[in-house]
Amino acid sequence: MKVLEEDKAEEKLTIGVLTTKMKLTIASGKGGTGKTTVSANLTSYLASMGKKVVLADLDVEEPNSALFIKSDLKNTKICNKMVPVWESENCTLCGECARVCNFNAIVALPSEILVFPELCHSCYACSELCPTNSLPMNPIKIGEIKEYEAENFSFVEGRLDLGQEMAVPLIAQTIEYTDENFKEHIKIFDAPPGTSCPVIEASRGSDFVLLITEATPFGLNDLKLAAQTMRVLKQNFGVIINRDGIGDENVQRYCQDENIPIVTKIKNDKEVAKLYSKGELIYPKISHFKNSLDEIVEFIGGIK
Amino acid sequence: MKEIVVISGKGGTGKTSLSASFAYLEGSNTLVCDCDVDAANMHLLLDADFSQKEDFFSGEVAFIDEDLCTNCGECKDVCRFDAIHVEDGQHRVDPISCEGCWYCSRVCPTKAISMNTQKAGDLFVSNIKQNSKMVHAKLGFAAENSGKLVAKVKKTGAELAKEIGVDYIITDGSPGIGCPVISSLSGANLVVLVTEATVSGLHDLQRVEKLVKTFSLKAVCIINKFDLNEKMSHDIEEYLDKEGIEVVAKLPYDETFTKALAIAKPIVEYDKNAKLSSLVIKAWKKIKQKAN
Repeated sequence: MKVLEEDKAEEKLTIGVLTTKMKLTIASGKGGTGKTTVSANLTSYLASMGKKVVLADLDVEEPNSALFIKSDLKNTKICNKMVPVWESENCTLCGECARVCNFNAIVALPSEILVFPELCHSCYACSELCPTNSLPMNPIKIGEIKEYEAENFSFVEGRLDLGQEMAVPLIAQTIEYTDENFKEHIKIFDAPPGTSCPVIEASRGSDFVLLITEATPFGLNDLKLAAQTMRVLKQNFGVIINRDGIGDENVQRYCQDENIPIVTKIKNDKEVAKLYSKGELIYPKISHFKNSLDEIVEFIGGIK
Repeated sequence: MKEIVVISGKGGTGKTSLSASFAYLEGSNTLVCDCDVDAANMHLLLDADFSQKEDFFSGEVAFIDEDLCTNCGECKDVCRFDAIHVEDGQHRVDPISCEGCWYCSRVCPTKAISMNTQKAGDLFVSNIKQNSKMVHAKLGFAAENSGKLVAKVKKTGAELAKEIGVDYIITDGSPGIGCPVISSLSGANLVVLVTEATVSGLHDLQRVEKLVKTFSLKAVCIINKFDLNEKMSHDIEEYLDKEGIEVVAKLPYDETFTKALAIAKPIVEYDKNAKLSSLVIKAWKKIKQKAN
């Protein structure tokens, strides 16, 4: 994360930056507002304009971008987290490990030490404070990162294994992978929904966050939550109103009152929903959607 | 008493609208839990009055007493979360990155680091429409531990349901497959999977269904917007059939859904004679049969 912040300080975000290494996160408080649709279409559209661009799907619990992109698998990386493994040989069963674990991931029984890997936060305290080095840290698999090559852009996906609880370490590793392998690309991050740890991880290294919402009471409620999270993170952000035409004026009014830029409004259109249901890209077929992408491109090119 | 948990994997499939409709139909015989603590919405549909509020504390954050700190750097060396930085020669904690593991505090030679409990959100018990009650919560901004807050909502809900003596707890689950969802599912008598007839609907359904299966929970499914893509709807049904999961309703793409949402009403309250409402009413009957 620190590296990202240094990058940010050096760069001035102008139209020129859009051609090199801007990081843009597409997020939303409420699920199902169109994050993946906008991310996948925007990436493909920028690529069709000749930009070097990579899309990273950070919704590691339910990654969907791959469904909308025809691509070939190029690389798979197994993602691990480090957890302690008990070695009984030198252990004196002093119980220090269980005392120092603040996540209840270790239980010291009279005759053995039990480790619960799914509760472990990989802080290393038990391992490094053990007087006999009886809890070495070992990797266990939590998910995979896959890199794909599409027609004119690259695509990275993080996918959490079922039954794994902690999405954040995998999100961090997916971002790191994308940063390392695509230094000179525009990076588009498709974030998980919500306002808590996963979306924070997906947003805080970005140059700009686009929050997608719809003009309904749900959309407004969740936009307010997401906007406040962005403010706590001191993150620059703007809003896209999707399915414009349903609902009321309250989202627009809120954005105006709070001085949040509305980057574009995407019309409510059953044809968009139909194309989406089949996993097709929207902008090649629907011109109002393409116009909205143009507004996004123009906006992010001009962010000061 | 039966607990019915409604989840969806993918967001925006109609999970909350449907949960609220079930709650509206069952009225005072049910207690509602909103476990989508990240972006809670049920309160909007059910007119929650936020009558009782309780602070929710969870997790801890390290704090460095600068008078005691010698800036030896031991804390920074052991921190695996990159949460300790040096600003103007002084070590400081970034509270957003801190996991609250205590490691720094334990190794500090001058005992300069204390651990402070964090307020992570608010828990509410509200009176809602139809003379019923709801337990819900609001996670603090940029706070963590949503899984624990979900567990707290469920525990409070279960106690209250027992006290009032209702037959059903209706729980609106969280999205995804991670820790908040796993927390939402605990103790469920029946899981209602809500999906939509889209490629992502099927994909996310498969992941969340496998999760439900690993916990050996009984499940049924509602396919929303089935006519958006009838082939996809067919594929979803085929998958569910193979998994032995009954489809209790197939709902059409219907503007009634959005119109009801736009004025913050459950579908069955907005227009109880609409075709959509009659399908929802039938689905709720089947769900109750299946849960008992």
